[in-house]
Amino acid sequence: MTDPTFHLELQEHEKTFLDSNELIINMGPQHPATHGVLRVILKLDGEKVLGTECVIGYLHRGVEKIAEHRTYTMFNPYVDRMDYVAAVSNGLGYCESVEKLLNVEAPPRAKYMRVILAELNRLASHMLWLGTHALDIGAITPLFYTFRDREEILKIFEKYCGARLTTHAFRIGGCLYETYEGFEREVKKFLDFVTPKIGEYEELLTTNRIWVERTKGVGTISAKDCIALGVTGPVLRASGVKWDIRKAQPYATYADFDFEIPIGQRGDTYDRYIVRMEEMRQSLRIIAQAIDRIPEGPIMAKVPKVIKPPVGEIYHSIEAPKGELGYFIVSDGSTQPYRIRVRPPSFVNLQALDLMVRDQLVADVIAVIGTLDIVLGEVDR
Amino acid sequence: MVDYIKSYLESTTTPGQAGNMFWAAVYILLIFLGLSVAVIAMNWLERKILAHMQVRLGPMRVGPHGLLQPIADAIKLLIKEDIMPSQADGFVFWVAPIVVVITAFTVFIVVPFGPTHAVTDMNIGVLFMLGVSSLSVLGIVMAGWASNSHYPLMGALRSSAQMVSYEIAMGLAVVSAVLMTSLNATGTGTLSMIGIVQSQQAQQVWFAFKFFPLGLIAFFVFAVAMVAETNRAPFDLPEAESELTAGFHTEYSGFRWSLFFLAEYSAMIAVSSIAVTLWLGGWLRPFPHLLGGSTWDLVFSLLPGITFLLLGLMAFVGVFRMPKHPYFRVQTIGLAGFGMVLGLIGLLLFLPEVRNRIQDIFWFSAKVAFFMYLYIWYRGTFPRYRFDQLMKVGWKALLPVGIGVLVLTAVAGVLL
Amino acid sequence: MQPVATTFFFYFLSGLTLIAGVLVITRRNPVHSALALILALLGQAGLYLMLYAPFVAGVQIILYAGGIMVLFLFVIMLVNIEKSQKEEQFNKQWIVGILAAVALGVLFVLVYTKGKSLFPERVAQLPEQSNTQEIAVMLYGNYMFTFEIASLLLLVAIIGAVVMAKKRI
Repeated sequence: MTDPTFHLELQEHEKTFLDSNELIINMGPQHPATHGVLRVILKLDGEKVLGTECVIGYLHRGVEKIAEHRTYTMFNPYVDRMDYVAAVSNGLGYCESVEKLLNVEAPPRAKYMRVILAELNRLASHMLWLGTHALDIGAITPLFYTFRDREEILKIFEKYCGARLTTHAFRIGGCLYETYEGFEREVKKFLDFVTPKIGEYEELLTTNRIWVERTKGVGTISAKDCIALGVTGPVLRASGVKWDIRKAQPYATYADFDFEIPIGQRGDTYDRYIVRMEEMRQSLRIIAQAIDRIPEGPIMAKVPKVIKPPVGEIYHSIEAPKGELGYFIVSDGSTQPYRIRVRPPSFVNLQALDLMVRDQLVADVIAVIGTLDIVLGEVDR
Repeated sequence: MVDYIKSYLESTTTPGQAGNMFWAAVYILLIFLGLSVAVIAMNWLERKILAHMQVRLGPMRVGPHGLLQPIADAIKLLIKEDIMPSQADGFVFWVAPIVVVITAFTVFIVVPFGPTHAVTDMNIGVLFMLGVSSLSVLGIVMAGWASNSHYPLMGALRSSAQMVSYEIAMGLAVVSAVLMTSLNATGTGTLSMIGIVQSQQAQQVWFAFKFFPLGLIAFFVFAVAMVAETNRAPFDLPEAESELTAGFHTEYSGFRWSLFFLAEYSAMIAVSSIAVTLWLGGWLRPFPHLLGGSTWDLVFSLLPGITFLLLGLMAFVGVFRMPKHPYFRVQTIGLAGFGMVLGLIGLLLFLPEVRNRIQDIFWFSAKVAFFMYLYIWYRGTFPRYRFDQLMKVGWKALLPVGIGVLVLTAVAGVLL
Repeated sequence: MQPVATTFFFYFLSGLTLIAGVLVITRRNPVHSALALILALLGQAGLYLMLYAPFVAGVQIILYAGGIMVLFLFVIMLVNIEKSQKEEQFNKQWIVGILAAVALGVLFVLVYTKGKSLFPERVAQLPEQSNTQEIAVMLYGNYMFTFEIASLLLLVAIIGAVVMAKKRI
């Protein structure tokens, strides 16, 4: 192999079939279970995984380079395309970062709307995760149930901002669109609709013996390793570390709401599943509180028409559904940013894959990739 | 010649035992046709039932409610290009699907649809069925080998290891049931399929409910082992698409692949027939003694006709719910025609002569159909077992339980 | 039930078995040899049926053709066979081979002609109802001890195989 990035070696000596059988196989970029174009090179000893190497970049679109040639307002739609599954949180992170750079604050009504849409978006992202993860492990039915329920969320998004997937919901300084007629009613109806559905998913999977055997003890990672690698999000919380940016460094009025951070104990796939299911419930709780208390008022702060932030740099992160999504923006005083660096949670979490699948079987690699909840749009940008 | 044909009609044994070649050939033809229709129906049913479990509709376009979908699939598979890997072993590549299909169809020689409705009744009937199904493992190994590629070979070896392991658990459960046949007056049991059902009739209890809960446990052991034997969910890791080791039939396309698929469904029906014969009383109707007497007999004999009338009614409900648009005219007429055919069959099954003959076949087929529904239900509900967990279940869970049930059944048989 | 076309089936089955046996040793590809062996075993099962021993025939198919041959095929397919396919098919010492075969054949003929009186005269009977029963009575009655020893032997073989192949997993 003349691939310069490839550095796993195969021992070349004469073996009989009873000896260890080291093998390098390739889970190619096109694979039903890698959630995007991800190439994983596995070094196996029979069935056991000795090491992995991820080859990424198949979805690299140069988003950060593009940012240097667009104004701040023009760059806003590009941000959605990174984590295309949960586009609202990308927009939230970006808008808040630029607002911090400009030293403006969105009005309270806009912040409440942002919280509601961001939590709906977290629900949608976790539902998609659940469906695809269950599909990889072989339970083919939850996918259809979660997509049916996700449809309701996407309908609300569509009615609000016109798009289901790449929503471009927020603007720098607040929200552009006022909530539509019947927004509160529909969100409340959705909350009543989806609460028993989450119970349905749990009924299918949580106590299912086969599910438990496939996920307990698989892909374990300790809290120390998580912190050392910089892994954030449900993966970190399932290993026992109680760290959620919504509680630790509250943004956008999360401090006003009463919710809990679920944590796990062992840091295996089953714990990550439990943590995400519980997070879905807590999201419902936040939405229920927020929708009752939306204040009246303007939805857009006083932001100049041409956004020219002062010279400086800022790093601001939010708790996206997949982990800590951070924006590091360097401004040189002009209308176009000097540099925008996105800290995508999936990119950092993917580095933990090698540690998590050591000494596990090949069939578990797919389960672990699913449980990390990566989106290649974010990993590659 | 006509006398030869007529001479069988009053006999009380199967054509094979009576030595009547003509009727044996007729039965073989009927079974072949019935099996083909069953496989086609299974294909449609699987897609529809799985879809309804997954909150979607399944095939709706090809024919009304997708009823012609299996035919479209069959035509597609037949006109596909026949690819053979260039380095593959040509003879073995060609022979493997043939072996699998032949073994899958041959087992139906001894499957009893009624006391005389089997092609023949060997007195090693159950042994024959288990033996010929174990020959299908060879076909799978050959298929994996002939593809000349690492992944199908590993998939085939895994499939066959799984099938061989679960055959042991199946065998133990079968022996428990056969043990129960010997609890009659003469003290000798029988391995013949018809004999087993007749001993259930004589002992007035289905073996699943005999020596409660031993019969039930043996039945469950067999029910789980038979799902693993036929490589179906949740034991279908060797065939799964999202796993790394591809299934043994990766390199097969078109007609050859459809042979494997045909053999898989036939094997499902075959092992379900074994389960029905051994534990669920074969062709016997439910509660022949508890609800005995001529009125109850009449009620139960009307059930086949009622079933088909209900199916026809469902088809007509579908007709009324069709959109009233010119595009759907052909589909509506087709569905109405199908509903009428079903209704006519139902009415036909009310005639006394037909009613009495069709009883046994109906009950047997209904029980096997129940098992087919279970197969589809399992596929829609359970995640997949990982291969080592699969083998662990077969060797560490089912095997000890099977041995335990066997010993306890023997003890119960002696003491009770 | 009257047996049908016994002579035809006898010649057919024994011819099948013999041809398959020859194919086993003459095929270059070991997988083809294994398949020919399976054919030979199936022919033999048919011959058992002709001797009115259906139970033995059934067990032959299940265990021998369906179990042991699958194991043979596993081993053949997992071992690197390219080397063996390039080897010479026949031995160089064919003179000694022919002499040994002739000697063995003469021995068989002598045993048959001289010992014909020792073989039983009757034709195989029709104990169809009780072949299984007769085997069971013999096996678990007269030869119980031998049966247990044989099963112990197999257990030792299984344990030995597992110990040899077991790795750190």
